[in-house]
Amino acid sequence: MVWAAARREAAREGDNQLVVEGVSKRFGGVVAVQDVSLEVPTGSIVSIIGPNGAGKTSLLNMISGFYKPDTGRIVLEGQDITQRKPSDIAALGVARTFQNIALFSGLTVLDNLMLGRHVRMKAGVLASVIYWGMAQKEDIAHRQVVEEIIEFLKLQDLRKLQTAALAYGLRKRVELGRALALEPKVLLLDEPMGGMNQDEKEDMARYILDVNQERGVTVVLIEHDMGVVMDISDRVVVLDRGRRIASGTPEEVQRDPAVIQAYLGASKGGRA
Amino acid sequence: MSEELEFLLSLVLSGASIGLMYSLIALGFVLVYKATDAINFAQGEFVMLAGLIVVVALSFESMPLIVAIAIVVAAMIGFGFGLERVVLRPLLGRPVVAVIMATIGLAAIIRGLGPVIFGKEVRALSLPIGDEPITLGPASLPPIQVLGAVVAVVFFIAFSWFFKKSRMGVAMRAVADNQQVAQAMGINVERYFALAWAMAGIVSALGGVVWGAMLGVDVQLSLVGLKVFPVVILGGLDSIGGALVGGLIVGIVESLAAGYLDPYVGGGTKDFAPYVLMILMLMVRPYGIFGRRQIERV
Repeated sequence: MVWAAARREAAREGDNQLVVEGVSKRFGGVVAVQDVSLEVPTGSIVSIIGPNGAGKTSLLNMISGFYKPDTGRIVLEGQDITQRKPSDIAALGVARTFQNIALFSGLTVLDNLMLGRHVRMKAGVLASVIYWGMAQKEDIAHRQVVEEIIEFLKLQDLRKLQTAALAYGLRKRVELGRALALEPKVLLLDEPMGGMNQDEKEDMARYILDVNQERGVTVVLIEHDMGVVMDISDRVVVLDRGRRIASGTPEEVQRDPAVIQAYLGASKGGRA
Repeated sequence: MSEELEFLLSLVLSGASIGLMYSLIALGFVLVYKATDAINFAQGEFVMLAGLIVVVALSFESMPLIVAIAIVVAAMIGFGFGLERVVLRPLLGRPVVAVIMATIGLAAIIRGLGPVIFGKEVRALSLPIGDEPITLGPASLPPIQVLGAVVAVVFFIAFSWFFKKSRMGVAMRAVADNQQVAQAMGINVERYFALAWAMAGIVSALGGVVWGAMLGVDVQLSLVGLKVFPVVILGGLDSIGGALVGGLIVGIVESLAAGYLDPYVGGGTKDFAPYVLMILMLMVRPYGIFGRRQIERV
């Protein structure tokens, strides 16, 4: 009941789980992101699209705390997280995957997934030495969560394999699993389907939808495959050269002249 | 023939036991490099500092050895944590050279302050293990060498378990593999850096006890740290197993050089043979036997 009340409360407040307000980031003389704002409603799938170099990954890096924005702020569930450390932001329930698969390559699939549980492990560094038994008991509970994810993503046969030995598409799936192991509120996915074939893309799209609908995880997605983006997104934000040039439902964005221009190549000097 | 073979075997065994003691010290270096990418030029000074702490602790009357060892382990853990917090954390993200210079400076400070505080004379550190050589097949080894080798092996088993099975050890490998991704998993990277330095402290504490007992404790004790470099270049800067194998190679090569070459040239080859090997290794396989091929991150 308390939970339902909290949900209604959130809904009344406009229900944005994640809000990015006018963030900018420059690297030396290069403006990577300029005055970009973004609202991510709780439980939605929001996609960020745009040509290469549009600032999509930079934006994601600011949300997960790797870059500190020069201006603007980032708010997670009403809490300003702009200046927080990446590990703190992860602990608040923001998980992510990386554009170039970033699994720990010397570790097994199971170890990678268990590392996803790190922020949920209560026994600290010292405590886990002193109260070994407590840490062990906790491990069993964490292992159960991880086993559920293994089943969900059909990774049963891969538990003990080193991730470096896996096929590309599988590694992407393991990386999704590791992010899920955090039990995130918000999942940031940086090109989860990049380099995949059509079958793998469809599988991945299915998983993302399941995560969103069954586990109620809010998803922020960077993806190049327009078919997938238009299919699964509730909202789409378009970036070009560091600026937001459009945002709205997939239908709205597809009709937007600025978007068409950015994607089809602009006439000289014609960009607004 | 059999006499020849026995001579060879005894050189190899004696070299292997010394080599394991080198491995122990190199382990401290590798733990830090693996987790934090810092090159610690003060590893030998850590050992000397630990040796000094033990002899001072033992100079109190009726101080049991086991308590003295507990004291030095605790002190070196504290030293490791403190060092990371005060010296190394402020240097995070600076060029590698900054950290190297900081550790070289630190080495000089420890070498200088040690005698100032504890006096200049060589102090004996005697362990209750007697002087009776232990016969091991054709070789007869000083008991301290056997003890040192046993301590080293125990540490290697303990650390292998730690990195394979324990939650902290796996997290530490994740930090070593990719700091950024580890942070995205909610791992507090700085805490693991501190832990790596503390573990180097533990290894140095025991290194100080066994090396101190073998050589006596004074500034010269820090020179064993120089042997770390051929060991880790041979084994691989970031490989724990490499530290073990590298140490064995260096110890055995030294011993063979002392046995076969020194009689002809009047001595000294033992001291530089490992470095010849190190330079050859750098030419053919700069990342060592077990090291990661790509050592520098791009």
